[in-house]
Amino acid sequence: MSAPFVLEARGVVKYFGAVCALDGAQLQLADGEILALLGDNGAGKSTLIKCLTGVHRPDAGEIRVDGARLTMKSAADARAAGIETVYQDLALFDNLSPTQNFFAGREQVSGARLLGRLAVLRKRSMHAETLVALDRLGVRIPQDAATVGLMSGGQRQGIAVARAAAFAGRVVILDEPTAALGLRESRAVLDIVKRLPEQGISVILISHNLDHVTEVADRAVVMRRGRVVGEAVPSDETHEQLVGLIVNG
Amino acid sequence: MAILIVLFAVMTLLSSVFFTERNLQNLVMQTSVIAVLAVGQLLVIVTRGIDISVGSILGLSTITGGLAFGTAWGGSAVATILIMAGTGLAVGAVNGIAYVYGRMPNPLIITLATLGIARGLALIISGGDSVVGMPGLVVDLGSGLVGPVPWAGVFLLVVAGAASFLTRQTQWGAWIYAVGGNPEAAARVGMPVRRVLVSVYCLSGVCAGLAAVLVAGRTDSGFPQAGQLSELDAIAAVIIGGASILGGRGTVSGAVVGAFIIGTIRNGLNLLDVDPNWQLVTVGVVVALAVELDVIRAALERRFQAVQAGRGSAGASA
Repeated sequence: MSAPFVLEARGVVKYFGAVCALDGAQLQLADGEILALLGDNGAGKSTLIKCLTGVHRPDAGEIRVDGARLTMKSAADARAAGIETVYQDLALFDNLSPTQNFFAGREQVSGARLLGRLAVLRKRSMHAETLVALDRLGVRIPQDAATVGLMSGGQRQGIAVARAAAFAGRVVILDEPTAALGLRESRAVLDIVKRLPEQGISVILISHNLDHVTEVADRAVVMRRGRVVGEAVPSDETHEQLVGLIVNG
Repeated sequence: MAILIVLFAVMTLLSSVFFTERNLQNLVMQTSVIAVLAVGQLLVIVTRGIDISVGSILGLSTITGGLAFGTAWGGSAVATILIMAGTGLAVGAVNGIAYVYGRMPNPLIITLATLGIARGLALIISGGDSVVGMPGLVVDLGSGLVGPVPWAGVFLLVVAGAASFLTRQTQWGAWIYAVGGNPEAAARVGMPVRRVLVSVYCLSGVCAGLAAVLVAGRTDSGFPQAGQLSELDAIAAVIIGGASILGGRGTVSGAVVGAFIIGTIRNGLNLLDVDPNWQLVTVGVVVALAVELDVIRAALERRFQAVQAGRGSAGASA
């Protein structure tokens, strides 16, 4: 008996009105795996991800985490289950420091029981932890930059990924993490992604860039018209096969 | 801060009266009112909002406080101060709740509405006349001295100190900057965005009520026209103090320095015998310039970010 999958979608169906976005999608993510999710625009990748992260509720089918069925009502439920998502549009706070971004919404405080929302921030501890987390993934940020708004796209993406990794117990989902980045910046982000399994985190990577997928992913699944139509271990040899699946199903 | 020092130097050169103990005390008493309003306004502006009702809240609070002082249940100084602050809290809560839960597109209209409502109520309740007589403590706060320092300045330090601590050191403080910087992301990471927004309008109202204590104390009375157009001074102080009208940026100390810049300009123009109406024109021009500078700064920052990103990828080929 093999270990249960960290995250699994079984026969997930999702309609938007009369439009069938997901038509019985299956997906299994193994422990410590980097899984690439491929497919043309409109293939259902984003909808599937949103079902896996509690943003959408499937009309049929089920989501399982560590083998146990999980019904999610909101994105907060997915986060509580250890699943973090890095969205394409980043969702960083440009006006805040890397540390403030890192701990946004889950600040470390003293005296919360007595003071509630007026509890005092533990700034030094948060700053130290942020530096450790960034360092562990090899994210380099300028020492003198006060706010992330003044950082480059790669540095910002690095912070977003590191934040997700730090708070995800199990799974980080990355939606086109290199789409807006230059060559060297993409390189740095891919290096970060490759290190996530070392920390016991499994990864789902959505990308249009097959070179990037080949470099970091252990396995690639291809979606088309709301279904998973095939999978392969991405390599130069399977490149043609994957392209064929994306285009023709 | 540099601007303030230059202003002080220029005024000292232009007017022999400016740098005298008596005028500086007077300056602190007048400016403390602007500064307390500005502290509340800062909290609102940090969250991308604006509160133009603070002048009217100030006026209404001097009336409710003055009338309460005349009755048995509001006779004590502490009760009078609490009633003024409470009046501010009540109107501020109306602003915040109507804006957030009424899903209004922006806070300008609701605070414009309460600007009218609070001023109207002040005139109705008072019958248009001033309410003479304030408790001794209130009079001391508005016009008394501790040694050479006006009590109003001490009062301001306490209010600004508390606000500074709240904004810099507490979780709530972290949240107001996050909500102002990126409201969608704030909601996504689970911050109670709506309650944060309501809280800043409540506190802005409380600050207006506290500013009313100083005004009522200085004149030993409540009067329905008190605080008219002082929202302009408060907003000007916040923007001059380095806060961004685009949200997410600004400090309490900056707002207080901004208030002293506005206060010094007004005081200086008075001493130089400039027609008081020109003070309004001057402050208005200063506000317009400060907002435009803020917009230009934001644009420059975006360009800097693009240059940074360009440098990052250019380094790859090297």
